[in-house]
Amino acid sequence: MNGSRRSPSESATTRLSRLLDMVPWLLAHQGVPLDEAAAEFGVTTDQLVADLELLFVCGTPGGMPDDLIEADWEDGKVYVGNADYIARPLRLSVDEALALMVGLRALATTPGLVEHDAVGRALSKLEEATGALGAPSSRVQVSIDDGARASVLSRARRAVADHRRLHLAYLVPTRDEVTERDVDPMRVVFLDGHWYLEGWCHRAEDVRLFRLDRIQSLDVLDLDGTPPPQAQPRDVTEALFTPGEEDLEVVVETDRAGAWIVDYYPVDRVDDLGEGRRRVTLHVSDPALVRRLAWRMGGHVRVVSPVDLAASVASGAQEALSAYTAVRSGVDA
Amino acid sequence: MSGQPSTHATVQVKTERLLNLVIALLSTRMPLSKARIRAAVPQYHGTASDEAFDRMFERDKDELRELGIPLVTSVIDPVFDDELGYRIDKREYALPEIAFEPDEVAALSLAARTWTRASLAGPAATALRKLRAAGVTMDDASLVGIEPVVRTTEEAFEPLRRAVRDRRTVTFGYRKPDAESTTRRLQPWGLTQWHGRWYLTGFDLDRGAARVFRVGRIDTAVTPLGPAGAYDIPADHDPRGMVDSTQAPTSPPRVATLRVRQDSGNALRRRARLQAEADGLGSIDGWSTVEVDFHDVDRLADEVAGYGPDVVAVEPIDLRKAVVRRLIGVTGAGEPAPEEEL
Repeated sequence: MNGSRRSPSESATTRLSRLLDMVPWLLAHQGVPLDEAAAEFGVTTDQLVADLELLFVCGTPGGMPDDLIEADWEDGKVYVGNADYIARPLRLSVDEALALMVGLRALATTPGLVEHDAVGRALSKLEEATGALGAPSSRVQVSIDDGARASVLSRARRAVADHRRLHLAYLVPTRDEVTERDVDPMRVVFLDGHWYLEGWCHRAEDVRLFRLDRIQSLDVLDLDGTPPPQAQPRDVTEALFTPGEEDLEVVVETDRAGAWIVDYYPVDRVDDLGEGRRRVTLHVSDPALVRRLAWRMGGHVRVVSPVDLAASVASGAQEALSAYTAVRSGVDA
Repeated sequence: MSGQPSTHATVQVKTERLLNLVIALLSTRMPLSKARIRAAVPQYHGTASDEAFDRMFERDKDELRELGIPLVTSVIDPVFDDELGYRIDKREYALPEIAFEPDEVAALSLAARTWTRASLAGPAATALRKLRAAGVTMDDASLVGIEPVVRTTEEAFEPLRRAVRDRRTVTFGYRKPDAESTTRRLQPWGLTQWHGRWYLTGFDLDRGAARVFRVGRIDTAVTPLGPAGAYDIPADHDPRGMVDSTQAPTSPPRVATLRVRQDSGNALRRRARLQAEADGLGSIDGWSTVEVDFHDVDRLADEVAGYGPDVVAVEPIDLRKAVVRRLIGVTGAGEPAPEEEL
């Protein structure tokens, strides 16, 4: 084999940067089994051997045997030596420092996080270690505070850690309804601007995501809240944005003022009708969502199909308008 | 980067060449001339001509710098001549000694995981790899039960991030929801995610003023104009503040009176000024009166209209008119509602 399963797309610089990390790590883990070292660097053992073969033909200028890096893995255990000049890992690049520091600063905005202190200490150590290289990281900012109440977030997390069942009063805005349910909490997730509690919902008998800012009350019950074995954490981006099989296909037409809806909702297709008008196809789990959208958009978003949904939008608007006449006459009287 | 096909053998030889070059430049106290470098790195021996070597060396230098390797160019011996040489300062090269407590490691690990679904996933992973190589112990420790996910699905994000990092002017097409796409030239200052959306702040060269853009509304490729480091970012630039100010209210709130059908308008009730209203007390004939604070009459009108027949705006009169205008717009008669703005 001899390393022939190496990824064909890997560039020389990607490989070099792995080698520059690998040498210090191996120096600190002399005698580590090949497969363990391969796992550490996320490569196959064949690839690791190919990397070691490369290392031992490199070294300081001169090319004499004592110039070259020593690498030995004959008994399945890896030993490396004579690599003093690259015995420390390369400093963090600007992008690497940025990824960690922006991430830490985002965590620092998490409401009710009990580990704020550790986040702050890690950040100041990184700032010190990176110096000027870390400066561009301040130009990228992520706020993960969506106004969710700190107490709700910290109690939900606590319940995840302690495996306690929760009782929620939860507002379902598309149905404008407050529901009561027992939930075995699995994790607390932030995605696309909102915090969610993921858990096994005993009412739905399925895994559900609950937006924290819609939880009206959260009580920790004195009951074990270990989710049942069939409760698997879902791919959150999928769970939020992939329409279910049973979802209703809705077609709407928008003008320029309604065009923003394609930024907000996961849409299946958009057809340009000219003059700023578009026909948008989307799937929704609850037609009430579309009805609300059409009412609030005052004609900038019109339901084309299903026809009965379009009819209920129109009759609802008529009914609402008649209420205005009623209120007005009440005021006048 | 070279544009050449990376076959197995060329990647192998090139990696050896770059590694030998790094070691040669780290192991010298004096800057090495190009001639010395060509002699010191065996993989340069086969180059056909001086020009071929020069081209290869220039490219190698750029790629090492791209990796963050601090390769410096300086005069070899100022007393005798001005020939340039190259070296890598060992102290500059190496990650400084750094130690983290277990709870700090957990925070770092979660910070890196935040980017799992974003364009910074690669740098986040290699950053942790370097820390482990430096002796930081990382088992699977992370903060328990919590998982922030930051996404960068917009195609414009990466080119903009590089431009922000390098302080490089860019041009792109920008589509406001109610208008055609226009071409913008911008000195980017910052990228900010706010309420789940990415915003770009910077100095708009054509308008001669600071501006905020929604990254998702950029509808062409982002093209750099001119060199890196071309401008300074104002020291007092506050990207979050700028994004906020495009949406935040500046005047004190007004009070709206609404009639809300029983068991409806729950999101409105939660904002009611009186707890009794929030609890739905005092309802007559299945309707109750709720007072809420508001800043933007159009935004509240959107919300009230969205409840259709379940919520009625009583006061103030401009709110009533705005709601009625929307409902008439739905029924197809009369003029549509005012247009949405960023």
